[in-house]
Amino acid sequence: MVNDLVVDLSRWQFAATALYHFLFVPLTIGLTVLLAVMETVYVTTGRVIYKQMAQFWTKLLLINFALGVATGLTMEFQFGMNWSFYSSFVGDTFGAPLAIEGLMAFFLESTFIGLMVFGWDRLTKAQHLIVTYFVAIGSNLSALWILVANSFMQHPQGASFNPVTMRMELDSFGTLFFNPDAQAKFVHTVLAGYVTAAIFVCGVSAWYMLKGRHLDFARRSFRIAAVFGVLGSAGVVTLGDALGFVGARVQPTKLVAMEALWTAEEAPMSFNVIAFPSQAEQRNTFAIQVPAVLSLLVTHSLDGTVPAADELEAAARDRIRNGIPAVQAMERLSADPHDAEALAQFNEHSRDVGYGFLVQRYAPDGDVSRVTENDIAQAGRDAIPDVWIVFWSFRVMVGFGLLMLAYTVLATLMTLSGRVERIRWFQMASVAMIAVPFLACEAGWLVAEVGRQPWSVYEILPTWLSASTHSETYMIFSLGGFVLLYTIFAVVEIFLMLYFIRKGPEDHAPEAAPSGRLAAAT
Amino acid sequence: MEQLLATDPFVLLKLLWWGLLGILLIGIGAMVGMDMGVGTILRYVGRSDTERRVALNVIGPHWEGNQVWFILGGGAIFAAWPLVYATAFSGFYIVMLVLLWSMIVRPLGFEYRSRLTSTRWRNVWDAMLFISGLVPMLVFGAAVGNVLQGVPFHFDWRLVSYYTGSFIALFNPFALLCGLMSVALAVYMGGTRLAGSAGDPVGARARRAAIAGGLAAIVLFTIGGIWASTIEGYRLVAAPDPALAQTPLHQTAERGGSLLGNYALHPWLWALPALAYGALILGVLANLLRRAGVAWWLGAIAWVGVIATVGAAMFPFMMPSTTDPSHSLTVWNSSSSLRTLAWMLGFTLVLMPLIVWYTAWAFWVMRGKVDTSEVESSDHAY
Repeated sequence: MVNDLVVDLSRWQFAATALYHFLFVPLTIGLTVLLAVMETVYVTTGRVIYKQMAQFWTKLLLINFALGVATGLTMEFQFGMNWSFYSSFVGDTFGAPLAIEGLMAFFLESTFIGLMVFGWDRLTKAQHLIVTYFVAIGSNLSALWILVANSFMQHPQGASFNPVTMRMELDSFGTLFFNPDAQAKFVHTVLAGYVTAAIFVCGVSAWYMLKGRHLDFARRSFRIAAVFGVLGSAGVVTLGDALGFVGARVQPTKLVAMEALWTAEEAPMSFNVIAFPSQAEQRNTFAIQVPAVLSLLVTHSLDGTVPAADELEAAARDRIRNGIPAVQAMERLSADPHDAEALAQFNEHSRDVGYGFLVQRYAPDGDVSRVTENDIAQAGRDAIPDVWIVFWSFRVMVGFGLLMLAYTVLATLMTLSGRVERIRWFQMASVAMIAVPFLACEAGWLVAEVGRQPWSVYEILPTWLSASTHSETYMIFSLGGFVLLYTIFAVVEIFLMLYFIRKGPEDHAPEAAPSGRLAAAT
Repeated sequence: MEQLLATDPFVLLKLLWWGLLGILLIGIGAMVGMDMGVGTILRYVGRSDTERRVALNVIGPHWEGNQVWFILGGGAIFAAWPLVYATAFSGFYIVMLVLLWSMIVRPLGFEYRSRLTSTRWRNVWDAMLFISGLVPMLVFGAAVGNVLQGVPFHFDWRLVSYYTGSFIALFNPFALLCGLMSVALAVYMGGTRLAGSAGDPVGARARRAAIAGGLAAIVLFTIGGIWASTIEGYRLVAAPDPALAQTPLHQTAERGGSLLGNYALHPWLWALPALAYGALILGVLANLLRRAGVAWWLGAIAWVGVIATVGAAMFPFMMPSTTDPSHSLTVWNSSSSLRTLAWMLGFTLVLMPLIVWYTAWAFWVMRGKVDTSEVESSDHAY
């Protein structure tokens, strides 16, 4: 009944478009705020160089923003196009924050970004500054609502299943909005955007220093960005820890994958620094462990424990057995919504209806009464996400996160003591650092979304059931088309970015006279 | 229907959101359609690069904000009509791909085109802007045309939808006619906008394009109306009370009568197509008299008339099924829950006036004509 290839291709397509979208979004979120800071300095001090900075970085923002908008459209439409059952099943709850994002955030950002670019000669300084603020507020609010929606997939709350309409329906908007996962994730993600923008600006500025060009411009841009970045990265790391803390409680299977934790352990649990996980053998073929650290990290205490994969699989099998009668009752309710006996049976087992769907993948003709113990065991193993990807994405994210914290601290110290302009190796390192935040963001997306598998809505709706019933041909065609188009766009975008970085800011004001060695170099 | 309106909040909300869906489609037509119309006629109104840049800079400060109508349209259908969103977007898969692929080159066309001076670079992006103007509006109209005729889909017991038609069938003659109608209106809106805000000769050519678009829309609307009278409609035989939460699995519907059946039943509905005709005729006249501002608003009213004409013909159906008419999506069986509709209405009532207000302010700030000298002297220009 279910075509695994179509589900896999749909997942690949979603991952490709989301990862691609997420290359542009963090930079937009951070750069709009950084621009607001630069322009505030311009308006309060009246120094033209800060206007020049705002205008130059706006130019790079726009090149980036265009692709963010283009790919955002795909993201929104893809739910309906490729995940149609997902859309009808949770649209009542999940759709609302997406629509509110449009109303509250994206209209604001998009309307004012036009004025921000074209309004320099038509608005007063104060008006233009307010316009820039609105763009920054809009892009950040946008992230807020998208992450409220995403958190419903991670930790569904505020909605319950309605057996009459056979879908999840909103119970409490407040509960949906104040999802603990959403709060931590919003701040974590937005700050990651700030760090991305900060390191981008530092890197480009350092390149000008290396080339001995636009020195005053580069020095000031670097300083603002470095301070901005250090505040951001401290927050990212703190909130990342908070997310792990929340996640350990609400999504134990993700944690198991993040830490390659196959078998149950007594407290205090040891931490796998490095592991080669094998999903088939349900163990790590190699691991370097540090005793006690895992308990400390995820429970913030020495005697806390978290369940391992074997325990979670056993629990999943129980819930699958309990979910089967729920799916059967649901089928009877679908035929007759007034069947009181079916409703009673459904209510008794409704907590595990998602697990019933999880095993339905293996049911002959989708008939869950015909599943075997073998099928249940297989579905139980499905409950653990791909450990290898999640484990290593997590380590890439955290490692790069700490590297960025160290870098931004160092960059701040160097710029405040005026040494950045002189130390060439640090300038080169700054240029190299530009790639790091982007990779960390992509890795973060993989941890969050691959770690959520096999669910599209955690413990409620499995991914396999969420996908639209397209043919393989359609999916190969569309995935191929997206990859081709996106590759071309990426090449054009990078080309334009480099072109404008190389061209540099237009020097309206004469530069501060370069001194000493640098003067000789230019 | 009147007594239902007075009694039940769920019925009232379903009807309100049906109306708001119409307003969103009108917003897409008038605002996004306008910018896409400019893309479509770009190479006609702009003979030289500078002239084309004049046209692009008229809509340059606003296209991003306008495009949000499209994004909000997707989001609002998702939130308020999840079953319609899920069934239509997946059923129309290849068509939606064509729409997306043509639309995602548009932001790049605007942002990237004038960044480099190479003629070949700019020509490529002009072609992209043409495609991303023409194709999405063609698809927008064609989607409406397909929904009007009904779409081959059905549900299984879980409400997983299955589309059983071919994608070629989505490009049937009636749908293409509706697509062309939508392109004609877009050319009208875009042309009128340029006629008002671009210096001559761009403005003068745009005015001719607008008049041609308006006349074409009148002809296509007439053909479409006559054609629609020959198309079979749908009717509900038995369905749960509109005030109840329900799915399409528990109603009986059949094909029969004419697509214009509602008009025979309630003759006052003819006021809606009449509104579209009136607005288009006056709009063409206003363009002839060089009153672009008035002509633009008349074009928006024409969109109101056209969308309302379609909605009234289909009511209470939103997306009928040709293969299993009883699985057809209606206003009563495909909405979100009462609570979601109420929350969404609250957000809309608070935020929509703000959006209208700051959009109007943005247009006011950028008022006045764009001409070649301005484009050549400004370093912010597209």
